[in-house]
Amino acid sequence: MTSGDFAPGASVRVRDDWPETRGPVHIRTPHYVRGKPGRVVRRLGEYPNPEDLAFARPAPRVPLYHVAFDPAAIWPDAKGGDELLIEIYAHWLEASP
Amino acid sequence: MTTILETDGERLLVAVRALLADKGIASMAEIAERIAITDRASPAQGARMVARAWTDPEYRALMLQDGARAAEAMGVPMRGAPPLGVLENTEAVHNLVVCTLCSCYPRAVLGYPPFWFKSAAYRARAVRDPRGLLAEWGTVLPETMKVRIVDSTADYRWMVLPRRPEGTDGWSAEQLAAIVREGDMIGVTVPTA
Repeated sequence: MTSGDFAPGASVRVRDDWPETRGPVHIRTPHYVRGKPGRVVRRLGEYPNPEDLAFARPAPRVPLYHVAFDPAAIWPDAKGGDELLIEIYAHWLEASP
Repeated sequence: MTTILETDGERLLVAVRALLADKGIASMAEIAERIAITDRASPAQGARMVARAWTDPEYRALMLQDGARAAEAMGVPMRGAPPLGVLENTEAVHNLVVCTLCSCYPRAVLGYPPFWFKSAAYRARAVRDPRGLLAEWGTVLPETMKVRIVDSTADYRWMVLPRRPEGTDGWSAEQLAAIVREGDMIGVTVPTA
């Protein structure tokens, strides 16, 4: 597997990165899952990177994944057993042991 | 000189249309066709899909596998629209769609998003307090049922395939479509007979 390839079921973590603190950006990764653990559910295809598209830069295609998160791992008052399902681009995900 | 924000909307539209045509990006006819498609889009399109999925197992399978193809099979033009994913409510899982970043919405099959879908309150509370939000809509789910909050953040658009309500045995697809509301396909409500 090359970097950015995740199989369904893979444990991942969203990068704890805050590019918006460094300058103008357009990011499709919500704040509340930065640095949080998740599980890849399925690959949703490849799309031109919106972070480049928004600034009319050449936009390489990047894989997009549906990633499931446990809300209780994000908010202490969340009800156990529920699930958050979010589209996250491959370059925002890192493998998690 | 006026800025683009101060320009009269009609004049701006005429100028942009002419530029799009001159540059070969979109012809006047294509723009007119797109406006007509946008105007036709409404929750009634999604409701027809839901009703057919309830009455036709093969169509239901197609809808869950590829929502865009299922929409096209019902005559909804999907060319140029984002891919459409369909999330099925079951006895075990209830799906709730939100776009916390902006207002991504499956416009091709549901039309314009309702005003509350774009509100900061809905976007924040759907992910943080989904059961409290659902209760305010009158949707109280069993404790044992999982709520799956789908944050529509990127290239896909998502709609919910609700469960067919009790008391609708023998109903026609038209009768069924008439009870499916936009909220049922976002997941804030569930249809009733």
